[in-house]
Amino acid sequence: MLSEALKAKFDQVIARYPVKRSAIVPLLLFGQDEIGYISDELVEEIARRVEVRPIEVIEDISYYSMLHRQPIGKYNLQVCTNISCLLRGGEEILEHCRRRLGIDPKGTTPDGLFSLEEVECLGACCGAPAMQVNYEFYENLTPEKVDRLIEELRIRTANGHPR
Amino acid sequence: MARGDEAGEIETPMPETTLATAAETVTLVIDGQSVTVPKGTLLIEAARQAGIEIPSYCYYPNLSLQGACRMCLVSIAKMPKLQTACTTIVSEGMTVHTQTPEVANARKAMLEFELTNHPLDCPVCDKGGECELQDAVFRYGAAETRFMEAKLHHEEKRFSNLVYYDWPRCILCYRCIRICDEGMDVNALGIAFRGARSEIIPNREDHLECEECGMCIDICPVGALTSGTYRYKARPWELSYTGTICNHCGDGCKTTLGVRNNEIIRANNRDHSGINGEFLCVKGRFGWDFVNSRQRLTVPLVRRNGHQEQSTWQEALSLTHKTLRAIGEKYGADSIAVIGSNRTTNEENYLLQRLARTLLGTNNIDHHRTADYSSLVSALTEARATDRYATMDDLSAAASVLLIGNDPTHQHPLAAYQIRQAVRLRGARLYVVNSAEIKLAVRQASVFVKVRAGGEADLVGSLADQRPVPPGLVLNGADKLGALAERLAKESDTIIVFGDELRGAAIGDLVRWGLTLPGRPRFMALGDYANSRGAADMGLLPGTLPGYRAVADPEARARYEAVWGAPVPAGEGRHIRAILDAAQSGEIKALVVFGSNPVKTFQLPEGALSRLAFLVVSELFPTETTACADVVLPAASFAEKSGTVTNTSGQLQWMRRPARGFDVPDSALGPVPTRAEPILNTMRRTGTRSDLEILLALAREFGARWPYRSAEDVLREIIASVPGYAVALPPLLMGRAVATQAEGTPPPLERPDLVFTSRDSLFTSGTVSRFSWALNSVEESKQPHGHIF
Ligand code: SF4
Ligand code: SF4
Ligand code: SF4
Ligand code: FES
Ligand code: FES
Repeated sequence: MLSEALKAKFDQVIARYPVKRSAIVPLLLFGQDEIGYISDELVEEIARRVEVRPIEVIEDISYYSMLHRQPIGKYNLQVCTNISCLLRGGEEILEHCRRRLGIDPKGTTPDGLFSLEEVECLGACCGAPAMQVNYEFYENLTPEKVDRLIEELRIRTANGHPR
Repeated sequence: MARGDEAGEIETPMPETTLATAAETVTLVIDGQSVTVPKGTLLIEAARQAGIEIPSYCYYPNLSLQGACRMCLVSIAKMPKLQTACTTIVSEGMTVHTQTPEVANARKAMLEFELTNHPLDCPVCDKGGECELQDAVFRYGAAETRFMEAKLHHEEKRFSNLVYYDWPRCILCYRCIRICDEGMDVNALGIAFRGARSEIIPNREDHLECEECGMCIDICPVGALTSGTYRYKARPWELSYTGTICNHCGDGCKTTLGVRNNEIIRANNRDHSGINGEFLCVKGRFGWDFVNSRQRLTVPLVRRNGHQEQSTWQEALSLTHKTLRAIGEKYGADSIAVIGSNRTTNEENYLLQRLARTLLGTNNIDHHRTADYSSLVSALTEARATDRYATMDDLSAAASVLLIGNDPTHQHPLAAYQIRQAVRLRGARLYVVNSAEIKLAVRQASVFVKVRAGGEADLVGSLADQRPVPPGLVLNGADKLGALAERLAKESDTIIVFGDELRGAAIGDLVRWGLTLPGRPRFMALGDYANSRGAADMGLLPGTLPGYRAVADPEARARYEAVWGAPVPAGEGRHIRAILDAAQSGEIKALVVFGSNPVKTFQLPEGALSRLAFLVVSELFPTETTACADVVLPAASFAEKSGTVTNTSGQLQWMRRPARGFDVPDSALGPVPTRAEPILNTMRRTGTRSDLEILLALAREFGARWPYRSAEDVLREIIASVPGYAVALPPLLMGRAVATQAEGTPPPLERPDLVFTSRDSLFTSGTVSRFSWALNSVEESKQPHGHIF
């Protein structure tokens, strides 16, 4: 079941577009933020609201790598390895995350807390190497900073902090 | 931009020519040849008309434009770069070159893109030999590539038991998606991911749920979508091809059977001949496999000491003749009755009623009537409007269609397709009156009047007599009917299509009211199975001779007596329900059944036919009715004989017996059981005989000298003597559909429950579909009738 707040949000977003189907991607993003991934129910609901077949929503999801059809970790660590970050140690940051969390890119830790992804330029080149965790940016990373960040996120969760 | 992102979901308008009939013309020069075409024509079509082929993948006539593959690049004078011929609209004085080295190079380069990940596995690919990509690579020599990267590969996927997808072969032309969206209105295919990794996906992500029509398979220019029944079975050049008529619903699609070694390997309509163009539904494309079934009856059976035992044709036929004659002599001709088929050919039906009337001496002959054609014929004859039968072709060209009852999406897939084409390509308006929210009502209708179950006839009655509409008849708003009437009054040439909801007097009402609509309104009754119309036309009716001549009319009897040289009984016979009742009460002693399963159709109780002294059944498969029979005659299927069938709209077509494909020595197939049709190189399940052959043999047993040696002979007599069937033979034999013009005043419908549809779905077709692996293999066949994809 989608929350009332989300449904209201959906109404509001759809009203913003002259053509309903144009709202598909924003709806997917808001839905994913609430549920954590894009469930079958969410696909059906969006398709119904913008009057398309579910397969058209699925097409869009597959097009965008930031939309997830399966549950992912509470925190999605998106490490940039594009050119600026590469030059400033992005690959090492990714390798460090991989070892530290014990998962490969596109993987999720068994406790469901972290997912790892290798991504292209985040537009944060001036702070390379950079990484995006959900909607937050972390820049000028070193392996130590990554360790501290992971620790902090664990504590946040233990304290019942929302995403 | 072979697997280009840009090609995704852009909705491109339809070319103008398909929307309007252009009176103005444009003259241009293509490869030095002057070409004149209607204004608005696409360059690629103009070239085709001039006999110049421009290679194309994404372009497909009557689908929206995609401009994705760039194979159709041509050089146009005064334009700086090469242009895509599939999206360019011709203009006056245009000078086009399609064969310059620059063009050839561009095409070669585009091919290199198409082949980035393509495996070129032609030797094992189903499409090898009829592949548009293979042809182009052969022509432009682009098999080498400058890409160094390893080719990407995915394993093939089974979308459903009938549709498979082989990703590496896909050139992303989007034809499959567009035919499914635009042609089928099913929207079952999509495109996932992007760039070089784009792939076609089925609507349920891991599998496909759809109409399983296979249109996407046929339209795929390469071997990416393949057929579950054909894949890896044969090479296209090994098959011998014969265009014949689908035997399932009443719409009469042309289907081309590919036969090898006396076995059907596939069916499609790739040459787009016939009234259906490229269309075939799941039954026409895959549902022929019952012909190859091992459960076919192949040996005549005769009941001895209570058990059906294998016998010979000689014994079975002579026993049939002797018993029928003895019963006739002892109990009178009225103790014998005949039930005919909705699938056998006109020639067979004509002979069956001739046998009943002249050799058995009875008018006790009927069939399961699935539409009330008789009432339509009489109503139009009375109104002097027998030029107002609408054909399947008229339907796709219609500007306005009124559909009353029926669910064509399931019961008449071609009619539904034609209606959708009219709406989509010609902007036609569809008006629907139905008690259910059928898919056409939901998706295509301009006005939908929902009536209570069985309310269609009342509604038509109110319209005809301008009576107020009874309360509770219209369920979706009292104003709906007003809106319908108002809109129809503004339309012209409306085609009125109706199902079994209208019968008897209601059809009279419909015609009376319909003819008052503006323009040239026309009518079409929808009945099930390949030849239900032909069964009525050929007089498989107790009160009606061929061509809707009343048995009670002495002049009509005299007409046929002259042709047949034998008396025709005067009294109207028993209709099918009366026959079955009399069989149970013992009044009917002998029953002759051809290609029909009355025990099932009329839901007869157990043992209902046990009082019959004699039951003979000609059938393809063991059925509830053959189980009760004293003699069972194994019949040939539609794919093993020639003859004509008349589709539900009255179009006559020649069903052509396929060549056997490859030469198999006759000794391998056993003795050839025929005299009427030379079998040598044509398809036939060993041991079976066509109903025509059976009827001719039976007539010989009766000592009759019928002057026919083949279906053509019978057809010539039909053309010469049956009113409405005076058609020209050559176009018919060449595979064209010829409209008949039934006229006559047959007796009125005896009782309403004689006309009822079998309510087949897309995946059922009476008895035969029980023996089709393809139709039963798809999950959708298990969903309730009326399910909408
Ligand atoms: S089989 Fe027909 S309905 Fe199914 S995906 Fe292909 S075109 Fe669409
Ligand atoms: S599967 Fe065939 S029709 Fe569909 S996009 Fe690929 S090549 Fe074209
Ligand atoms: S629409 Fe009817 S005639 Fe055409 S292929 Fe389907 S079942 Fe056969
Ligand atoms: S390259 Fe990493 S943020 Fe731009
Ligand atoms: S056919 Fe013209 S771009 Fe594909």
